Amino acid sequence: MNKSLAAVREMIRISEPVIVEATARRRTQHRREQAIESGLCLAALMSVAATVAILTVLLWESLGFFKAVSLTDFLTDTLWTPLFDDAHYGILPLLAGTVVTSLVGLLVAIPVGTVSAIYLSEFASSRLRELIKPVLELLGAVPTVVYGYFALLVVTPALQKLWPDLPGFNMLGPGIVIGIMILPLVISLGEDAMRAVPMVLREGSYATGATRLQTAWRVVVPAATSGLVAAYVLGVSRAVGETMVVAIAAGQNPHLTWNPMEPAATITAYIVQVALGDLPHGSIGYQSIFAAGLILAVMTFTFNMLGHVMRKRFREVY
Amino acid sequence: MLRRRKLAETLFKAVGICSLALGIGTLVLLFGALIVEGASRIDWQFLTSFPSRRASQAGILPALVGSSLIMLVTAVVGIPVGVAAAIYLEEYARKTWLTELIEVTVTNLAGVPSIIFGLLALGFFVYILGLGASILTAGLTLALLILPVVIVTTREAIRAIPVQIREAAFALGATKWQTVSDHVLPYSASGILTGIILALSRAIGETAPIVTIGALTFIAFLPPAPVTTEPPFISFEWLMSPFTVMPIQMFAWVSRPGEDFASNAAAAGLLLVCMTLGMNGLAIYVRYRMRKRIAW
Repeated sequence: MNKSLAAVREMIRISEPVIVEATARRRTQHRREQAIESGLCLAALMSVAATVAILTVLLWESLGFFKAVSLTDFLTDTLWTPLFDDAHYGILPLLAGTVVTSLVGLLVAIPVGTVSAIYLSEFASSRLRELIKPVLELLGAVPTVVYGYFALLVVTPALQKLWPDLPGFNMLGPGIVIGIMILPLVISLGEDAMRAVPMVLREGSYATGATRLQTAWRVVVPAATSGLVAAYVLGVSRAVGETMVVAIAAGQNPHLTWNPMEPAATITAYIVQVALGDLPHGSIGYQSIFAAGLILAVMTFTFNMLGHVMRKRFREVY
Repeated sequence: MLRRRKLAETLFKAVGICSLALGIGTLVLLFGALIVEGASRIDWQFLTSFPSRRASQAGILPALVGSSLIMLVTAVVGIPVGVAAAIYLEEYARKTWLTELIEVTVTNLAGVPSIIFGLLALGFFVYILGLGASILTAGLTLALLILPVVIVTTREAIRAIPVQIREAAFALGATKWQTVSDHVLPYSASGILTGIILALSRAIGETAPIVTIGALTFIAFLPPAPVTTEPPFISFEWLMSPFTVMPIQMFAWVSRPGEDFASNAAAAGLLLVCMTLGMNGLAIYVRYRMRKRIAW
């Protein structure tokens, strides 16, 4: 008895350094794990930092702008000529250009996109679908500057054959091209929304004797409305922020017009135009692009939020 | 009535196919226009010359070099940060207000127009940090721009790994990081790779944010070489060099009047489209292969 107790004591004496070493190793390992976790967290916080930086920079430089220009002038003046001697700072002409090009884009993207999405989700065979989807992805991957070239040197000349008095720079050509650019987004989100409509609804409709087309129009599309609207809203956001197409093909001449056959400038095109020149840091012209950018950011933030709320809704209904 | 319905259905099918064909037709037309206008301009001289006042002698060497160097900076900065952020959000983050905030900002950044990133870069990198219109500024800007893309695709790839794999690793006494680095990451590598390729192909075609930071449109020199003959043999001077990139070179040529410059623009556009579509095609192929091979 006594002897075995001694043996146990002996064992503990020997294993003590081993245990100490093991705890020490575990402790360094634990510390290493925590360091890794903090590092990863830091990387994740980069997106927060970027968002904060965007808001801060836009607000800070716009503040300087609005010290010199009253908000009423900015929102109601119908002239935007910040770089002339007789400077006017009315955002309306740029806003009108942005709205008109986006509207033309939507007039292309919404009907074509909706019909394509219905066709893909309700009529097309799965083989066709698998074939079409990558092509649509490629359509969305073409650099925007190339689309600008396309709008200026292919689409506008083609339109001029229809309307000979269409100027070389106009809002119609770039608008149509923007519509084609946002098409993949509208189609894929729209199709997702219709695919989420449960099969039971369609079967119910077929059981009452409806055709495929009637089922698609009267059952599937209404059931997928919030998802479709989300696709349109996100498309609007993309169209509003699109830069190179309008900077190249719409002419960079800010004047207030709602006629898509005329040249005009959008918010984004104005920013590009100023950035290409050599404006001194801190001048009112320099600050004006941040004020214009702030308007653009507010618009796209709003549309994006709206779009995401809509998308969440269609996912939760069923 | 039955016949009318059948007719309506056939009609709709025709309209559907037509509207799908519009997209494909555009892609074909776009490619066709670029090839007709630009293919004859692409030769060795075009690839190895500096821009010139005379369109027929102009080339895109500085733009090619500039694009490659900027992609290098973007990849080195953007990919590790993006992948790390995705790992954190998928594997580590608990549901707190901070995680929620990160999620919201990632979604939001993905929808911010690229020119806004340009304004951020102009105000922050160029003036506050004093980096100027340099390769470093452009690379950092594009890294921020692709961050949401990398994060979202990496998260999807990680999420596809079944939880049993992690449980098995934990059961053997692996720590969290050992599980992630030895199991989760290698298994999701091809999905992450797809995302990285897509993100870089987007970055290489971006024009607006780079115009905004004040990139030059006419450059007749190359950045200093990264390798020098004297010790320490590696120089980072190129990071601070002025630059131009392919989309900007194309933009500059499109904006100039004259048939010759238009064909230069088409040639640059053709190269650019081939690069981005090639990268996208690769990504689609990798994803296709991956889907076929893995069955958990």
